[in-house]
Amino acid sequence: MSDRLFVSTRKGLFSMVRDGTWWTIERVSFVGDAVSLSMFDARDGSLYAALGLGHFGVKMRRSRDLGATWEDLAAPGFPKQPEGPVETLPDGKPWPWRVEQVWALEAGGRPGELWCGTIGGGLFRSRDAGGSWHLVETLWNHPKRKEWFGGGADLPGIHSVLVDPRDARVVRIGVSCGGAWRTEDGGETWTLSSKGMFAEYMPPQRRDDESIQDPHRIVQSPSRPDRLWTQHHNGVFRSDDGGRNWVCIPNVVPAVFGFAVAVHPTEPDTAWLVPAIKDDQRVPVDARVVVARTRDAGATWQPLTRGLPQTHAYDIVFRHALDVDDTGSRLAMGSTTGSLWTSDDGGDAWTCVSNHLPPIYAVRFARG
Amino acid sequence: MPSIVFTSALQRHVDCPADTVAATTLRAALEAYFARHEKTRAYVLDEQGALRHHVVVFVDGVQVRDRAALDESVGPGAEIYVMQALSGG
Repeated sequence: MSDRLFVSTRKGLFSMVRDGTWWTIERVSFVGDAVSLSMFDARDGSLYAALGLGHFGVKMRRSRDLGATWEDLAAPGFPKQPEGPVETLPDGKPWPWRVEQVWALEAGGRPGELWCGTIGGGLFRSRDAGGSWHLVETLWNHPKRKEWFGGGADLPGIHSVLVDPRDARVVRIGVSCGGAWRTEDGGETWTLSSKGMFAEYMPPQRRDDESIQDPHRIVQSPSRPDRLWTQHHNGVFRSDDGGRNWVCIPNVVPAVFGFAVAVHPTEPDTAWLVPAIKDDQRVPVDARVVVARTRDAGATWQPLTRGLPQTHAYDIVFRHALDVDDTGSRLAMGSTTGSLWTSDDGGDAWTCVSNHLPPIYAVRFARG
Repeated sequence: MPSIVFTSALQRHVDCPADTVAATTLRAALEAYFARHEKTRAYVLDEQGALRHHVVVFVDGVQVRDRAALDESVGPGAEIYVMQALSGG
C-alpha cells in the first residue's frame, strides 16, 4: 500500500507519511498559500504543486526530493488574446483568456509529457516536465467549446484528464460545465463524449445537450479502461465503451449528488462516492459523512460509515479529495472542514487522521 | 527617474526589490522593471498583459484605473506602488 500521501489545502501542501500504523505530517510546504492540487510523477519521482496565490496568480512548483526543496516552473497561460470583440460566455459575460486555477494535472505518455486542465477552460500540455506549457488549441478552437460555462466558478474548468493506459494518444477530459470529451489522436481532434448524460436542472431543450453537461469528476478503471465513472451534477453515470455512451446509475445511497468518485485499480466494478444533498444545501445527508461503495458496477451500493462522524458533520469532499492507492485497499479522503480520513480495508472502516487541517482541496497518493 | 516599490506580501513569493527605471508611462516603467526582474512579471500581470485582478497600482498616491492599457504618464520623480488589493482577501 502507498505510505505517502499529499494533501493540498487552502493553506499549504501537507506531505503525510505512514509511520507504522499511523499517518504523520512529514512536512508542510507553502504554508499560507492555496494549493489547488499536487501530482507525484512516478516516472521520474517529481512532485508537482499548483498554487493559487490569491493576489498574484497561478504558479507551478516542482520538487525532486518529495517537497524538501522546490523550484519555480512556468505556469500554464493563454496566448495573447486576438484584437477584436471580447469573447463572451453563453450568458454574455466576458470570457477572458486567463488561467484562474489549475484543476487537473496528469502524466502523459511520453517522457516529460504533462497535461494540465484549468479553470478558465484551457487545456495545456507540457513536453518538458513543466518547463513550458502550450494551449491545446484544437480543443480551444472547437466551436462547441464556446458553449461551456462555469460550474461553481465564473469560468468553465477542466478537472479530469484521463490518459488511456493502453494508448496514450487517447485522452479523455471532463469539463464543468462542458461535458466529457475525448481525443484518439493525441489531441489533434476532439469529440464530445457525453452521450447519455443528462441535466434535469436545465431547460428541457438542453437537458441532453452533450456540450453543457456538468460531470464533477470522471475516473477511468486502470484494469478495464473502457469503464469510466462520473459523478455528475445531476447524478452518477457509467460508461463501458470508453465514454461513447453513458448510463445513469440511479440508486446510490444516501444520495446521487456529490463531487468525488474513485475506482478500484484492479476491480472495475468497484467504485466509491461521497454523496451529499444536492444543490440547495450541499451538506452531507442528515449531517452524517458517508462513503458509498459499489462492488457490482453500480447495481447496489453500501453506505460506509464506520469511523466517520455521524452527527452534525458538515464536511463536503471536493472532486479531487478522494483517492485510492494501487492496491485498492487504502483510501484517503479530505473535507472542506479540514478533516482527513484514511481506510486500509477498502472503506469498511475509516480512521480520522486530523480534524484540524485547512480546508482540503485534493488528496493524492504517491504511486509507482 | 520613476521609482517602483512592491508590497512586502509579494516579496514573500518573488525577489522584487525597489528600483528606479527610465520611463514616461506606467507600462514602460513596469516593462523596464520586468526586464531586470523577469520573474516578477507573472505575479503582477496576467497572460494578457493586464494587471492581475487583485493587484492594484498607485502612481503618486492615485490608484490606476485603466488596468489593461497601463498607458498613463509618469513623471520623472513618480513613485509607483504595486500592492495587493484588499478585494483579494
